[in-house]
Amino acid sequence: MPDTVEEQSLDNALSIRRATTDHLKHVTDLDARITGKSKPEYWQDIFERYASRRVDQRFFLVAEPGDGTADTGILGLIAGEVRGWEFGSEPCGWIFAVSVDPDYRQQGIGEALFEAMVDEFRKAGIPKVRTMVRRQNPLHMSFFRSEGMVAGPYIQLEMNLEEG
Amino acid sequence: MQKSSRLAIYALIELASNPDRQISAAEIGAKYRVSAHHLAKVLLTLGRAGLVQSIRGVGGGYTFTGNAKRLTLLEIISLFEDTSTKCKLSDPSKATNEEWVLFDVSKEINDITMSTYSSISIATLLKQVERRKNSKTSKKDMAPAQF
Ligand SMILES: CC(C)(COP(=O)(O)OP(=O)(O)OC[C@H]1O[C@@H](n2cnc3c(N)ncnc32)[C@H](O)[C@@H]1OP(=O)(O)O)[C@@H](O)C(=O)NCCC(=O)NCCS
Repeated sequence: MPDTVEEQSLDNALSIRRATTDHLKHVTDLDARITGKSKPEYWQDIFERYASRRVDQRFFLVAEPGDGTADTGILGLIAGEVRGWEFGSEPCGWIFAVSVDPDYRQQGIGEALFEAMVDEFRKAGIPKVRTMVRRQNPLHMSFFRSEGMVAGPYIQLEMNLEEG
Repeated sequence: MQKSSRLAIYALIELASNPDRQISAAEIGAKYRVSAHHLAKVLLTLGRAGLVQSIRGVGGGYTFTGNAKRLTLLEIISLFEDTSTKCKLSDPSKATNEEWVLFDVSKEINDITMSTYSSISIATLLKQVERRKNSKTSKKDMAPAQF
């Protein structure tokens, strides 16, 4: 994160709730700001699958300023689902995205989103939460460590598939 | 992890979790069952790195002067051992495929070690200590991991 970013302080309360299609544009915008790439089709697809179908096992949550009633955009998002039986694993809660607006970081929004997600998994009767992050991404690594996550019994393996 | 690095981390945990107290090497040594002499040497290195300050005299000891949220295990360990991921093949230009393949295995392991150390801050360790204290299934009975 560049040091020149002017940080905004979170004066008002924060509300965390499930994303609705009204949030699609805000989510796409936030992701584009963070990654430098706009992926409207990707997020449209994620919304169709995670914000409208099998919502007892799929969770797409957004953090909004205040009580969340004003259409002011979002401060952060987290997405996850209950995944089961991959390589014989018991069902677990899987987090596959978490992002906070760069202007509002380090004020506890990421932690609040993580806790809300963990609560959803607990309510679904799931005893374990997992994720996969890039080792080279210090923000995600430090964040998940700080929330108490440690290396699990699985390791990610990969191979280049040569052309031709 | 070498012993000096481990002692340094114990000392920093101890000092960072007691910000308004000066703690002596002897006191830390007694708690972790390690030599106060070795600890004093380690604390000297930590002092030079600006992570602790020593106050002399009666009731003197050490205080933590670093930033617990930002100080990572990798930074601490690097004060005591070579953590660079530089190529450890004796002469890369002459290395065989066999040597390179084995080198890749060590590098794979080393990369995981380094990114793990660099993602854990003293503050994160302190939080883990609290979680362990509060956890219902205390792991007290488990054999300690080998270092
Ligand atoms: C990871 C991320 C979600 C954290 O959000 P956040 O709101 O800043 O997190 P919080 O304020 O709740 O911080 C929780 C803990 O994470 C750790 N943490 C957060 N930011 C950190 C930083 N810059 N350096 C070190 N640790 C950090 C801290 O331990 C913190 O605990 P503390 O408040 O007691 O210090 C946010 O940094 C982010 O969105 N990063 C972008 C990641 C990315 O690269 N995305 C693009 C590809 S998907």
